[in-house]
Amino acid sequence: MALKVVSRKSPEGNSSVDLRTSLGSLSLPSPILTASGCAGSGKELSAFFDLSKIGAVVTKSIMASPRSGRATPRMAETPSGMLNSIGLQGPGVEMFMNEDVPWLNQTGARIIVSIAGNSVEEFGRTAARVRRAGDIVSAIEVNISCPNVSNRGLVFACDPISASEVIAVVRRSVGSQFPIFAKLSPDVTDIVAIAKSCVAAGATGLAMINTLLGMVIDTKTMRPKVAGVTGGLSGPAIRPVGVRAVWQVHEAMPQIPIIGMGGIMNGVDAFEYILAGASAVSIGTATFHDPGAPMRIQNELSNILVERGFASLKEAIAHGHRSVDGSESVS
Amino acid sequence: MKSILTTPLQVRGEVISIKRVGEYFQMAIAAPGIAERTRPGQFVALGIGGEGSSMLLRRAFSIYAADERGVFGGTIEILFAIQGAGTKWLAQLQTHSSVDVVGPLGTPFPIPATPTKALLIGGGYGAAPLFSLAELLRSRGCRVEMVLGAASGARLFGMVEGRRAATQLTLVTEDASIGLHGRVTDHLAEIVERSETELIYACGPMGMLQAISIFAEARSIPTQCLVEEEMACGIGVCMTCVLPVRGSDDIIRMTRACVSGPSFDGNKVIWDSIGSIPVGTYGSDIS
Repeated sequence: MALKVVSRKSPEGNSSVDLRTSLGSLSLPSPILTASGCAGSGKELSAFFDLSKIGAVVTKSIMASPRSGRATPRMAETPSGMLNSIGLQGPGVEMFMNEDVPWLNQTGARIIVSIAGNSVEEFGRTAARVRRAGDIVSAIEVNISCPNVSNRGLVFACDPISASEVIAVVRRSVGSQFPIFAKLSPDVTDIVAIAKSCVAAGATGLAMINTLLGMVIDTKTMRPKVAGVTGGLSGPAIRPVGVRAVWQVHEAMPQIPIIGMGGIMNGVDAFEYILAGASAVSIGTATFHDPGAPMRIQNELSNILVERGFASLKEAIAHGHRSVDGSESVS
Repeated sequence: MKSILTTPLQVRGEVISIKRVGEYFQMAIAAPGIAERTRPGQFVALGIGGEGSSMLLRRAFSIYAADERGVFGGTIEILFAIQGAGTKWLAQLQTHSSVDVVGPLGTPFPIPATPTKALLIGGGYGAAPLFSLAELLRSRGCRVEMVLGAASGARLFGMVEGRRAATQLTLVTEDASIGLHGRVTDHLAEIVERSETELIYACGPMGMLQAISIFAEARSIPTQCLVEEEMACGIGVCMTCVLPVRGSDDIIRMTRACVSGPSFDGNKVIWDSIGSIPVGTYGSDIS
């Protein structure tokens, strides 16, 4: 029997490690997902890597009706991050389901659709429309935490009751078995309380974190840099906040699957989220920097898992919570 | 379905040369595969700051020249000014430095099917994409008149290149250090009448593009304007480089400069509304 040579920097990733993961009833071949709003509907990224080779494509948050989004400028570069103020520009759920989803489906990619809404009722209606596509869509991510809306009171994820109302309506719209994930905001006093109310309302799991509300003033013009005045901060600058949120929620509800995200630029960063308790991770701002990032990070993660002696991804999930003697809880 | 030749590539490029040209930098990058696919009006998006950079957003540059058969293989050239930390980093690169290149991106300039009298107008280093366009137009039997303008002589790019590429060249500076005095738009009426312009291509600051579009529309001359919008990704996913553009169905949409542009029909762009959402824009009635 020939010895398998393990290259430390195999650009193709290491095929000897089992990357499969489960998010409730949803099984994926890899934990690497795109992040909502950073991959469009997959078409543009398909020039750079095979969309079917990563875990799933999470599409840009779609609303019931077409939406122009905010005026420009819509972004500002910040240290190790960026501020965006797009305002959920999109074609509306009908055109999205008729054109974008079928296109994405023929690539062989697994599809997680992110939905957003101005009202509880809109979330329910949009979820029902997505669900009508049947098994083409693997899961729904419920974006209750976009910071770029005119009314901060509509950031449902800032209040446990509003959050649970949205999740309950979406759950009723899609049936009891379909996987739904609540996307949470870190801009709250107690993210565990919000996470618990979402799970109690029927969320299969949680996706965290959305961007942090931030602001940049252009010191030349002496005016806010983005037209929306405030925007959402993303990138490696926020990674410790994301890791902390995943850690806290996993500790409170170890059985609930978490999609971790916030500033993952490479395989090491993805590994950090896995250690914190994420069963999958989303790659967002990194894709603007490097359109091949999701595939590259998947390969890097598989190499790291081999290097650290893991035979499978599942063994590594929440490994950071173990104490030195191997028992589960660290307080 | 896009043909393989219009699909962008991501390659590790190598800086072949970098030199100062007036107040600008001209950089040649060996970028295998990209030069071969490039057509006039397209651009590249460069990764900035190397591995582990704190500058996450790509910087987009018009392709000034593309040479499929350079000594180092396919080579593209860009032109830039130092405007911030990203371009400052780019300017300090040396020969053989590595730079991550994605391209070619964007929709090329539309080219008339029959020989046409074309006027090409460039402001500052915005003129960069006009020279390869001029060559292509002349190869199709077009007459190419070119106007280059800038605030000063040091910011005027392409005097030599323009003379080679165009049938006739006019230079304009605001400080009168080179050529005619004023802005390019001050001399437009005279040039258009003399050269019997049938089609205009313009690249430069938004204000110049707007003025040219208004001028051309009044004379029913079709105009292609290559816009400069800030982009985060350049490939069509970030939705930051949008501007209000009227579609062929008469509906105004917030349209991505990186994919649908960067060149637009000048009288379809709602110039007055850049930086806002014009009333009636598709999807704007939803709060």
